[in-house]
Order: sequence, then C-alpha cells, then structure tokens
Amino acid sequence: MNAVPVNYYIILSAILFTIGALGVLIRRNALVIFMSIELMLNAANLALVAFSSANAQLDGQIFVFFIMTVAAAEVAVGLALIVAVFRTKKSIDVDQINVLKG
Amino acid sequence: MNLSETVNTGYFFGLVPLLVFFPIAGMLFNMIFGGKMSEKAIGTVASAASGLTFVVAVLLAYSLSATHGELHQVFLAEWIHIGELQLDWTFRVDTLSVVMMLVVSGVGTLIHIYAIGYMHEDVRFKDDVRRFRRFFVFLNLFIAMMMILVSGDSYLMLFVGWEGVGLCSFLLIGFWYDFNILGQKSTENAEAGKKAFIANRVGDFGFLLAMFTTFWHFGSLQFDAVFESASHHPDPVVISAITLFMLIGVTGKSAQVPLYVWLPDAMAGPTPVSALIHAATMVTAGVYLVVRSAPLYNLVHSTSYIVAMIGAVTALFAATIAVGQYDIKKVLAYSTISQLGFMVAAVGMGAYVAGIFHLATHAFFKALLFLSAGSIILGMERGHHHLAHGHGDHDDADAHHDEEVFDPGDMRNMGNLRKQMPVTFWLYMAGTLALAGIFPFAGFWSKDEILLDAKLHAEHYPGVYWLLAAAAFLTAFYMGRQIWMVFFGKERTEVAKHAQESPPVMTVPLMVLAFLAVFGGALNLPGSHALTHWLEHTIEGVHAGEFDFMVAGVSTVLALIAIGISWLLYGKNPLKAGQIDPLKKPLGFVFTGMENKWFVDEGYGAVIIRPFEKLAKFLSIDLDWNFWHDWFHNEVVYAGFQGLAKFLADPVDMGIINAIADWLAEITKRSSEKLSSLQNGFVRSYALSVLVGVVMILGYLLLK
Amino acid sequence: MNQADFYSLLPIIVLTTWSALLLIVDLFIDDKKKGITAVLAAAGLALTMGLTLSQTGQTVIGFNGMVILDGFSTFVNTLLLFSGLMAISVAYGYIKRRGIERGEYYSLILFSIVGMMLMAQARDLIVVFIALEMLSIPLYVLAAIDNSNAKSEEAGIKYFLLGAFSGGFVVYGVALVFGATGSTAFAEIAASIATGNAETLLVLAGAALILVGFGFKVGAVPFQMWTPDVYEGAPTSVTAFMAAGAKIAGFSALMRVFATAFPDIAVDIAPVLAVIAALTMIVGNVAAIAQKNIKRMLAYSSIAHAGYILMAFAAFANPALRDDAISAGIFYLVAYAITSFGTWAIVISLEKEDGKGLAIEDYAGLGRTKPLMAAAMTIFMLSLTGIPPTLGLIGKLYLFRVVVEAQFMWLALIGILTSLISAYYYLRVIVIMYMKEGEPETVSESWLTFTWGAMAVLTVVLSLIPASLFAWASGALMK
Repeated sequence: MNAVPVNYYIILSAILFTIGALGVLIRRNALVIFMSIELMLNAANLALVAFSSANAQLDGQIFVFFIMTVAAAEVAVGLALIVAVFRTKKSIDVDQINVLKG
Repeated sequence: MNLSETVNTGYFFGLVPLLVFFPIAGMLFNMIFGGKMSEKAIGTVASAASGLTFVVAVLLAYSLSATHGELHQVFLAEWIHIGELQLDWTFRVDTLSVVMMLVVSGVGTLIHIYAIGYMHEDVRFKDDVRRFRRFFVFLNLFIAMMMILVSGDSYLMLFVGWEGVGLCSFLLIGFWYDFNILGQKSTENAEAGKKAFIANRVGDFGFLLAMFTTFWHFGSLQFDAVFESASHHPDPVVISAITLFMLIGVTGKSAQVPLYVWLPDAMAGPTPVSALIHAATMVTAGVYLVVRSAPLYNLVHSTSYIVAMIGAVTALFAATIAVGQYDIKKVLAYSTISQLGFMVAAVGMGAYVAGIFHLATHAFFKALLFLSAGSIILGMERGHHHLAHGHGDHDDADAHHDEEVFDPGDMRNMGNLRKQMPVTFWLYMAGTLALAGIFPFAGFWSKDEILLDAKLHAEHYPGVYWLLAAAAFLTAFYMGRQIWMVFFGKERTEVAKHAQESPPVMTVPLMVLAFLAVFGGALNLPGSHALTHWLEHTIEGVHAGEFDFMVAGVSTVLALIAIGISWLLYGKNPLKAGQIDPLKKPLGFVFTGMENKWFVDEGYGAVIIRPFEKLAKFLSIDLDWNFWHDWFHNEVVYAGFQGLAKFLADPVDMGIINAIADWLAEITKRSSEKLSSLQNGFVRSYALSVLVGVVMILGYLLLK
Repeated sequence: MNQADFYSLLPIIVLTTWSALLLIVDLFIDDKKKGITAVLAAAGLALTMGLTLSQTGQTVIGFNGMVILDGFSTFVNTLLLFSGLMAISVAYGYIKRRGIERGEYYSLILFSIVGMMLMAQARDLIVVFIALEMLSIPLYVLAAIDNSNAKSEEAGIKYFLLGAFSGGFVVYGVALVFGATGSTAFAEIAASIATGNAETLLVLAGAALILVGFGFKVGAVPFQMWTPDVYEGAPTSVTAFMAAGAKIAGFSALMRVFATAFPDIAVDIAPVLAVIAALTMIVGNVAAIAQKNIKRMLAYSSIAHAGYILMAFAAFANPALRDDAISAGIFYLVAYAITSFGTWAIVISLEKEDGKGLAIEDYAGLGRTKPLMAAAMTIFMLSLTGIPPTLGLIGKLYLFRVVVEAQFMWLALIGILTSLISAYYYLRVIVIMYMKEGEPETVSESWLTFTWGAMAVLTVVLSLIPASLFAWASGALMK
C-alpha cells in the first residue's frame, strides 16, 4: 500500500489554517471565532503529526499533546471570558464589544 | 566599597572612598536637615564629617606604612569608556597623596571647629541659620572636592577636584555677596569671587590644554600610563608643551606671577575660608600637581627652570608688596603668595620633598596666622561693638549702618593688643616665628631645606637662591613689622583699648595649630628625614640633603637682622595714630610702589581689562548696535525689506512658508488622528491587521 | 530528572510551587486581609530572586537540552522578578481601592512570571510555546479581572482573542520549522540550517510566523493594535505589569530564538525586522500625539519603545555585532522597566476610584500641589523622551550606536526623528503639570510613593553610572 505523500497533509493543513484565519476575520460570534482559532491550532497539529511521521521522529507528536493541553487551558479561560461578556452585554457579537478605540 | 578587602587584609585601603563620602554625607545631612537644627548642631555635623575624613586619612597612612609605602589603587566605579579613553574612578593611595589628605583633612577639621565660633560672631551674620548652614555645606563640599583632587588616579579625576575646589573657592569668596567686610550693602565680595574665578579659568585653560596634549600624545590620562610611556619615548617638544601648559594652570591655582592677582582679593571671604582654602590647602594644589607630574618635569630641564624662576620671582615680588600693606589679612595674603613661590621654586628645582615639607608646615603656620588674624579682627569688632552700644544694649544691630566706617582689619587702628588679647598674641607669635624661619620653629626647617637645595643646585638654577634668600629676609621683616604694629606700642584707637579675647571654640583649634607650627619641623628633621623616606616610595630619586650650617646660619642671621630692622622702625618708636609709615621716607617711591602692589592691578586694568571692555563695548555698541542694528538693519535691511516684504508677505510667506510649517504640524496631527481612527475598536479589524502583516512578511521572504 | 535538570530550573520550580501553594493558602486568608497574600507573593518573588542571583555566572543545560541556565537568563529573570515585585507594589493599594482585591490576583501575577522566566530559559520551540501560553493566559485573566467593569472585560476578551489568534501562527510556524529541520531544539535547528539540509523556504516561513507571535507580545506594528485598547481597559496595575513584564519576556524570547536557532537566516530576516522597527516607531510616536487619555498615550509610547528596541535586531545580521545588539537591547529593557513602573505608579496615584483622573488634562497643577510627584513624573517623561540626566538617554545611546555600526543609517534617522516627535507629547505632560492651573487629587499610598520615588532616583542615579550596569548587561550573554 502506498503511503499518502507528506505534501498532501501539508497542503490540507495549510487549507485548514487559512480557513481558520479567515474565520476569525469574517465571523462575528465570539464563540465561532474561538472555534476558528481552534481550527488553526489543529491545522498545525496535523502538520506536526505529518512531519513527525515523515521525519520518523516523535518530537512533533509530543508537541501535539502539548498543544492540545494548552488549547484546553485556553478554552477554559476563553469560555469564562465569553460567558462574562455575555452576562453584561447579553450578546457575544464581537462587533458590539467596541467601547475602547482611538 | 571594598569593605571585604579590609577584613581580609587587615589594612584599610578599602576605606578610601569614605574620604569623599563623609564630607558629602555631612553636606547632604546639613542640606536636608540643617534647616531645623541649631548653629551648634550644624557646625558639629560638618566638623564631625571633616574629622572622620581625617580619621580615614590616618588609617590610610597607617596601612601605607605597614605595607612599606607601596602604591595602592582602589577601584570604585567605571566612569567613562569612550573609544580609546578608558577612565575609572580609581583612588590612588600613595605616600604623596596621603600626606596631602592628612594636611587637608587635619587642618580642615580644625578650621571647621574654629568657624563655628567665628561665623557666629561675624558682624554680617544676623542669626540667619540658613546662611550659617550654607557656609558649612560649602566647607564640606570643599573638603570632598579637595579629597577627589588629591586622591585621583588620573589627570581627569584630578581636574574634577581642581574645578570643584575652584567652584567652592568662588562660592566662599563671595559668601557675603551682599555685604562688604564692614557690614555695608555692597557687591564687592561678589566681584572678588568673580575675579578669582576668571583668573583661575585662565589657568584651567592651560591645564586643559596640557590634558588634551597628554591624551593626544600618550593616549591616556592615567598617571602611571602617562609616566611610563613618557619615560619610554621621551619627546622633549611634547613634554615641554605639556609641562608648560600645566605651569599655566599652576600659576592660576597657586597664585604665581602673573596670575596671582586674585588671591589678595580672595581675602574678601570669611577668615576661615582664607585660612583653609586660600592659604593652607587649595592654593597648594598647583604644587601638588607639579610633584605628581614629577616624572614629566624631570625629563625637561628648561621647563623646570622656568617653574623655579617663576616661583622665586613670585616669592620676592609678593614679599615686597607685603611690606607695604596695612590690612592685616592683606599682609598675610601676599605672604601666602610669597610662600607659595618658595614651594613652586622648590618643586621646580626638583626638590620635591622640600616643597611638600614646606607645603605642610606652611599649612600649619599660615592657617594659624590667618585664624589668629580672624580672632584679632573679631576682637576689634567686639571692642567696636562695646563702644558703640555702651553696656548691655546689644539688641540694636541695625545701628551699625549709620556709624562712621571703621575697618577692624586695618593695622593702623590697632596697637598694644597684647594686653587685651594675650592668648591670641602668643598664638600669633608662634605663627610669626615659624613663618620668619626662626630656629627651631617649623618654618625654619622647611624653608632651610628649600634654600639648601637652591644653593646646591645653583649651577643648574642660577639666581634662584638669591631671590629666595632676599624673599626670606623680607618675610622676617614684614612679619616683624606686623607684630610691632599690632601687638606693641600704644593703642592707636579707642577700639583697640576695648578689644576682647575670643572664646575657646576659636582659640583651642588655634592652640593645636600653634603646636604644629612649633614642632611641625619634626616631620623632616635633618638626620631622621622621615618625610623624605616616606615620599621616596612615590617620587623617584629623592634623597635627603645634608644639613648645611652655612645656609642655615645665613638665613637665620638674615631673619634676625630683618626683625631687628623692623624693631628699629616700628618697635622702638611705635607708630602713632595718623602717622605715615616710617619706611615711606627712606624708600620714597619704592614704598609707594609696594603700598600700591606695584600697580599690577592697574596695569592689568590698563593693558587687558579696559581694552577688553572697550572691545566689548565697541563690538556691542558700535558694531552691533550702531552699525549692524541701526544702520545696516534699519537702513539697508529694513528699507530693502519693506519693499520686498510687501511683495513677499502675502503671496509668498502666508502662502508658502507659513503653509509649510503649518502643513508639517498639521500633517503630523492629521496622521496621528488618522492612525487613531484606524484603531477602530473592532477585534476583527485588529485580526486583519495581524493577517496583513503575516501575508506581507511571508510574501517578502518567499518572493524575494 | 537528574540534579542538573533540577538545578537549571530551580528558581522556576520554587516559584511555581510557591504560587500554587499561595492559591491554597489564600483560601484561608480573610477577605479583608488580602494584604497578607500580597506580602507572601512578594516574599516568593524575593526568594526566587535570591535563588536566581545565586546562580549568577553559571551555565547549565537541562532536560535534554530543552532549557538552559546562562548569564542571559539570569539577567532577564532578575529583571522579570524585579518587575513582579514592582507590579505587586503598585497593585497593593490600588486593587483594594478599585474593589478588585482578590487573592488570585497575586497568584496570577506569579504564574505569569513563571511563564516569562521559562521563556528566557527556553532552548526548544516546544518550551517557547508553553512558556508563551503560560505567561499569556494569566494576563488574559488579569486584564479582565475587574469583571464588573465593561472596559476591563472588553480588554480581556480582545487580548484573549487576538492573543490566541497570534498563538495559532506561532504554532504553525513551529510546525513548519519542525518539518524543514526535523527538530524543535534550537541547536539542532541551527545545525540543520547551517548544513543546508533544511528546506529554506519552509524555514523562512516558519521563522516569520514565529516572529509574528513575538511581535504580537511586544506590540510591534502591524501586530500592535490590541495594545492601546488593552492597556486602557485593563486595571492600571495590570497594565503596568504587562507593559514591562510581557515586553521583557517577548524580547528576550525574540533574542534567544533568533540568535540561537536562526542565526544563519538573520540576513534574510534583518530587513523585515528593520522595517517593522521603523513602522513601530513611527506609528507609536505619531499616534500618541492625538491621545487625551494618559493610559492610551503610554500604550502608544510603549509601542514606540518596542520599536526602538527592535532597531537593535536589525543589527543581528552582522555576527560581530550580535552581542552588542543583545546587551543594548536588554539595557534598554532595564531602562524602560524602571521608567515605566515609575510612570504607572504616578498614573495610579492620580486615578480615582471610578476610573476618572486619567485624562492628561487632569495633571494640571500637579507641579504646585505635589512638587515631588511632579518632579518624579518630569524625570520619567524626560527618560522616555531620552533627555539627560536619565537612563532613557543612555539606553537610546547604546541602541543607536549598535544601529549605526550595523550601517542602518536610515533606521537610525527614523529613530531620531521619531524621538523628536515623541518630545512633543511627553513634554506636553510636563507643561500641563507646571503651567496649567488645576487642583489634581492624588492618593497617597506608601507603596506607590515608594515605587515612583525609588524609580525616579534609579532613573537618575543609574544614568550617572551607566557603565557598570552596561557591563553587567554585556556579561549576560547567551551560551
């Protein structure tokens, strides 16, 4: 069975990453933005795993675990913030979070 | 601070930064808290600061003697590192600098204590504690600066101290910038301060040139580095230039011909200042500089000879002027110039030990004389006060202003003060005998050593001995004259009859100084040569001279003859009130010359100052104002401009020039606002900005 | 974990344990006595600082080369711990006054410092990423800690979203570098690039993405846009900590990564950094002019200062100048940390409970009512402008020297021109303090007074003996 070439994975991960980044720019719901960011992280995870297997090294896969852990911590803080914002604003539309500017 | 080193070695070299720290701490303490403290407390703090400095100096001297006088350099901090110039703030503890530290801090402490009593009584002092504090702040600053001067390890560090003491001198000469010595409103003291500062600036300029040349040629300002490269590649032209430039600095700071004129005027400062700065310590900085630079001066004989001659000429010249003075402090001022001449002559001839020896003994007896003179002046003041107010009514201090002018420092107003001020009399006698060089007082030994060296080196330094011998003769004469006029004969004024002795806070320090003036010769007695052996560690090639009975005998006999003549003139027939000086008749115009300081000030006025003022006036009034401003501006520029302006103002200026300036300010402001409005508060546009940045960087890196 | 591993991270281990324990101990401390927590936190920082200083001069590589203890990390960590102490000192009374005094405030600061310190010791991209998140997450929370205040909340969520967004780029950058070089350890990355085994384009792209993450942290254009909003919205004591701490950590990581992992592509990166530096200086200084709120003005000022420090990175391409650039950079960080803490302490002194008193106009009359405070503020403004006798000037001199030696004349020119522009808004504060009439209300708090007083003295005194400090900074080289 022929293995899928590493380039395919990388291209896929680049596409995922771009989708994530654009999601941050385009979506207005804080939760969705946050999910887009998670998508970016996972794109990186995919790339790491792919490289790891291509280079026959474990470092990349270990890094993936770290990224997942850190992402979980970020989720905890991020969701708490989003909830707090929702409580005061009754909305999580980031375009309404716009007091500070200039 | 290297306190740990102190613990480790058992010696005290690590303490050397305290030399500067203590006086600075005293100064800061008085500056911050002095406002709420009494006079006594302020004076005590300042004196203690100075006293602790002395203790440190003693500890250093002990450590040095325990380590066989080896040079110790104590690094404190990196100071300036620019390119080739590598300068650290390093203290230099060697036998030479320690002698200076001891003299400065020792004499300085005594004078601090004396000043507590003196400043309290100064007529111009009207219970203004702030003035009192300011005085001690300046004094402490002076001690700190002097310590930096003598402990520096490079010419630049020395220069910092050199300028610092110059500043203190200026501040203290003009201390009573608003009153003159008689307590009247006047700015003459401020003028005197300015004169001192300017004369010193001329000298400093020379010193600066010397430093620039040194750095240019040797690439360093650190003493050892300079001396070493000088000894390896002696270039007579450059070294002559350096030493001659330095000599200009010496003539300024140590009041030598031709820059000495500031020192007599500097007596405008309070008497403790005259004693400390303008007799004992600061003015000897020039001598110290020459001794410090001995390795350079040793290389060029011609400059050394010039130095020696300048010293010898100054010694004689100033002594002649001293003979014709009537103000008690002026006599001492010219005497100081004359004695500095002795020291400069000595170091010029390479007799470094003799110079330093005389520097130390002179610090003792001249400080003693000045302070005693201060005591006399205050005694006269008290008498004056007593007469003016009868008994009891001491409160009405303002009454002074309306009275006729009475000069408490004029010797013609004194007479027979021995009766009213016995303690001061005996102290003054000790100082006088030391200065006149009478056996076995301190001055005898040190002056004798200089004369001995002058005699020994007569073939290399022709003329020096004779000039100095004559100066020594005159020294004894004018001191004799002073003693007879002040302490003997009849009181020439009522005031002199009512003069009063000074309190112990003033007389006790004097007694210590008197002790030193009497026994200070023990420092370097022929036979033991303690100072010579001490300084051998630092100055190369010094050797103890043999005591020569010929030289000593001649100078003693000359001194005795001089005192005898002075007795014949002033002692046998005491001066009466209003009588002209008995020297006037036999000497005629010569005495007029002496009396008027040989018209040097007038000469400077005619040759330098007035032409300078005229030039300044010409430049400012004729050239700048009349020609440039009135004629050129008004006629040429203004008229021409008017026409042009009419045309330019509206279309060009408003339209273009102004617009450009406004436009620049406006565009900055606009862009600022524009940038602010980009900051629109939307998270998503911020994220866009990040993404644009990423794309641009990636684009650049990947496509280039 | 052997002894060397343990020793190399000893201060961090101690501080982590301390902060975790503090979180628990805090539960037993009465709400009215949260001052005790502050003191305990400060004690932990002091202890850690002692440990860090005791490691001076040692070089230990631990955890299979993932972390390193060297002169650079010791210097930077000392500076970070100092910043932590100052952050607690300015927060002590302020958060009580604002009603946000909670025990976790101090623990969060400590955790953030742990991340920053780890950043300075990182020798592997994995550690860099973990450290970056460890320092950032507590800061997100701290920015939003005044959760009754809409501005603080907004600051928190903006900082969080943008921080996570830029974090995504870092991770992807690491992935690309790993793909190109087969390793995440700096030494191996550098070796792989040097031998030419690595795919240059991938490495360049990866390095650029990592640069984005650090650029975000230090507030470099065009990643700076969060800075003014977050600085304004966050409680001022948090802002003070962010301004100094995050900047120090960001720059130290930038130095470490680009000096040890990517030395061979420095030539390619240097022009990018130079342009970023120029843009950062221009945007920061120009935008500051229009500000009326002092926190916003100082935020732009902090962007501008990041620009000055970034100038030093332009010199990186020249290996002969690398050490000079690093010492000039960290010297400037010291100068900036000292000056900025002093400034923020004064800002806090004038800030009222309701968050008023932050307009620059509110400083009118300070020169008359509080001469000492105004004098200190003057010193800080002069230092930020770079006028003697202040540390700011010395720092700028060293920076400009490196830039000029690296032949980036145009960059130095922009630096000088923007410094001139900056004089306009800094000096305006001085003018308003002394020339305008007003009755500013100030809070007198011993720790605040201590902070601005001590920082003012340091700013002047250290500027008089810069050579010793610079010698220390120069000794802080990477191994």
